[in-house]
Amino acid sequence: MTTPAPSTPAPSTPALVLDAVSKSYPSAGSGRRGDVTAARSLELAVAPGEIVTLIGPSGCGKSTALRLIAGLDRPDAGRILIAGDEVAGPDRFRQPERRRVGLVFQDHALFPHLSVARNVAFGLQRLPRRERAARVSEVLELVRLRHLAGRYPHELSGGEQQRVALARALAPRPAVVLLDEPFSSLDESLRAQVRAQLVGVLRETGTTAVFVTHDQTEALSTGDRVVVMRDGAIEQADTPQRVFEQPATRFVASFMGDADFLRAHVHNALLTCEVGVVSTVPGWGDADVDVDVVLRPHEVALAADPGRAEPGPEVVAVDYHGAFVLHTVRLVSGQQLRSWQPHAVRHPVGSPVAVTVVPGIRPTLLVGDRAVAGPEDLTPRTDSAGYGTMSRP
Amino acid sequence: MTQSVTPSVTQPLAPTFEPAVRARRAALRGRPGWSALVVVVALLTAAPVVTVLLGREGSPAWPGNLGAMVVTTLLLMAGVGVGTLVLGCGLAWLVTAHTFPLRDVMVWLLVLPLAMPAYILGFVFLSTFDASGPVQGWVRTTFAAGFQLDLSTLTGCAIVMSLTLYPYVYLLARAAFAEQAPTTYDAARSLGAGRLRAFFRVLLPLARPSLAAGLALVMMEVLTDFATIQYFGVQTVSYGVYITWKSSYQFASAVQLASLVMLFAFAVIAGERLLRGRARFTQRGGRGAGLTQSPLTGWRGVLAMLACLAAVSAAVLVPVLRLSWWAWDHARGDGPPALGEGFTQALTNSAVVAVLAALLCVVLAVLIGHALRLGAGRLVRSAAQLTTFGYAVPGAVIGIGVLLLLQHVDDLLEWVGVPGGTGLLVTGSVPAILAAYGVRFLGPAFQAVDASYAKLSPSVTQSAMSLGAGPLRLLGRVHGPLVRPGIAVALVLVAIDAVKELPLVLMLRPIGFDTVSVWVHQLASENLWGLVAAPALVIVGLAVVPVGILIRQVRAADLREGGRR
Repeated sequence: MTTPAPSTPAPSTPALVLDAVSKSYPSAGSGRRGDVTAARSLELAVAPGEIVTLIGPSGCGKSTALRLIAGLDRPDAGRILIAGDEVAGPDRFRQPERRRVGLVFQDHALFPHLSVARNVAFGLQRLPRRERAARVSEVLELVRLRHLAGRYPHELSGGEQQRVALARALAPRPAVVLLDEPFSSLDESLRAQVRAQLVGVLRETGTTAVFVTHDQTEALSTGDRVVVMRDGAIEQADTPQRVFEQPATRFVASFMGDADFLRAHVHNALLTCEVGVVSTVPGWGDADVDVDVVLRPHEVALAADPGRAEPGPEVVAVDYHGAFVLHTVRLVSGQQLRSWQPHAVRHPVGSPVAVTVVPGIRPTLLVGDRAVAGPEDLTPRTDSAGYGTMSRP
Repeated sequence: MTQSVTPSVTQPLAPTFEPAVRARRAALRGRPGWSALVVVVALLTAAPVVTVLLGREGSPAWPGNLGAMVVTTLLLMAGVGVGTLVLGCGLAWLVTAHTFPLRDVMVWLLVLPLAMPAYILGFVFLSTFDASGPVQGWVRTTFAAGFQLDLSTLTGCAIVMSLTLYPYVYLLARAAFAEQAPTTYDAARSLGAGRLRAFFRVLLPLARPSLAAGLALVMMEVLTDFATIQYFGVQTVSYGVYITWKSSYQFASAVQLASLVMLFAFAVIAGERLLRGRARFTQRGGRGAGLTQSPLTGWRGVLAMLACLAAVSAAVLVPVLRLSWWAWDHARGDGPPALGEGFTQALTNSAVVAVLAALLCVVLAVLIGHALRLGAGRLVRSAAQLTTFGYAVPGAVIGIGVLLLLQHVDDLLEWVGVPGGTGLLVTGSVPAILAAYGVRFLGPAFQAVDASYAKLSPSVTQSAMSLGAGPLRLLGRVHGPLVRPGIAVALVLVAIDAVKELPLVLMLRPIGFDTVSVWVHQLASENLWGLVAAPALVIVGLAVVPVGILIRQVRAADLREGGRR
């Protein structure tokens, strides 16, 4: 189990636990042989009230994880606990209708033949009639849609449908709500607004939620914790800041935002690379190793260098993005670096520039594909199980 | 012979087992009980065919004229095959490549013959054109006194069957011509091929898979018929099964013959596969003018219109007019009322059987669809496909298969100590008819219901389950209400097919149990035209309904196709 979000003070029972959960599907193409591994011993604990985003490229297994939690599929190995209850294990499988899991889909999946109120009441079968009506108006009030209770789904806008879907999922007070790319069917302009409303409701009700998304910005801005997945395995599960600023692997660094990798060397607690000294690395005093340094475009500074005689860095591309201008620079070694410059600054293509690293940053260092925090990480690791979930102090 | 008009017309006959990736991802885990239900239904559907194929009852005596029967069957299949291919393809080309007066009406009128059961067109055709009929009588009085042409032959039978069955080929050929990427046709034309050459060298070969599927449907109908052919004195293998059973109750021989019929059916499916070959002629859309319809004007346009009109007239309009005239003429006279007591009884029987059969098939279809939505592995999905297979099994085989099963049940009952078992084997029974209907019509019912299920997003099912709805509540509150359109279509299709169906009833009915179709068939056999006319019109009128549904579906598909271009 990964340690829960640092902000959560020692939670009682996690709302959701994945314990070495694995799943593979038979390969779809008849030509290829073997199975596709969609979940590779997933480890995750979600504290009550926590909002977690699952992100990764398509086919990384994030939707499979959701299906396994919801009970739409059965894991091949491992256990799943919801609010302390084992719902899937070696010889236990609880059907989705008995799991206390709410689902919100991209297509909203409202029942077209039922009114909004009856959609919301659908999951309240067990309640006495009067309590049911009270609960329906309570959750509809929560999403500010009580005035539309009598409407039918096709009479609502996309954003309203999404809010009804959330109200319907929340009504039976599920232990955890799963949201499968809930905003991707909405217009770009609506999305931010609906997302803010929806997250607001989740926070207000203290609901535990797992979001699946493929939008990096959304993942960074929505969740308490971001879980980055690749090839069915968790690469990193951490706060948005840490995932962005201290990526655990080369993949996370390049997937969560733009990143360039430069060959670098640590010697005498100094990190140097082709563009000069990057920073000091305290604690690395005795180390003398080759590493890769992760540089994000906003960490790279440029200055015009017109009078240069010897060959040096040169601008090879300029992309205007409005507020900022993205410069691509080719170093002498042939490696390329990207740099954000304010919109007024523009170094023409072909012009010689001097490249430095913005002072004060502590860039991520990689050995192989993995980040290293200090020299103690340099000893080769033997346990492969901990690979995916490395979290640093 | 009853051409069941169902959405299956636009699908290849042989079930295709293609694992759909999306279906897998959409599917849930599956519920053992529901999955088992599908497998059990599949086994029950397959049981009659399997018992026939495995049946070894005593030492069968092949009828003496077996060789002749086989040859006759092959000749009839060949004749009807050529007839439907020429009519279906030609008319499809005419309405696809050209515009002419009334063309837009003709496109749909040409489907109408599906509503005319061959066993009705058969006797109308004979009574009108045979030696003793009015047409030849007129020829004799006007031209040649000695003129006499015998039409109750294999040729006459092939003509009648081609007229009622060509729409299968027509519909599939038209869809194939329309679907073909315009660019292919343009390419052929730009390479110097004229319209006709482009048709024969490019469009026709490309339409081959569809034509094969249409022909296979036609062949199945020919194989299943043993009532129409009786008017024409044509004895096919299916007729052999029927007569062997009904005249002498020689079970062993009938079973043996039925497995021979099944062999023909397998040959048809294999042939369809062979013709389709490895070719999957799905084409990329591609933009282009493609088959622009060239207008036929003047006498050529009139000729084209008349060609279409002739097909529809011969198959539907003229027979209906003749039946109406008979009915009116009879009502004027003082004979027994055509819609009297016997008919009322037959109509009641038909209605009861049709309603029960429709309910049986639709309930099973809804349950199978529901079970598939709950999640299913390859086995269960194959089982679901298997339940639709009965539609391709000739009626004679299903009939004998059901009887054979009944005999096994009787044997079992005797073995446990019930003397005589159910006693239903020789007398026939309504449950046996219903069982046979279930096997035969579950396919169309399932396809109609499944079309509605397919429109239902998997996330709706999953949402309902996550909200605490178990399989039964899911069925009652979500799936049931949402597939209602499919249920309605399936009920109508099966009920009307059940009213039209003749061979199965003839074979399995209890003595004295008449349905409308049997009533018509018997009166027609006795040349009681006045009495037969009104009941026959009732059947034709009912049969128009499913054809209307089919036309609506094809039109909707056309519009979607047009929208995409």
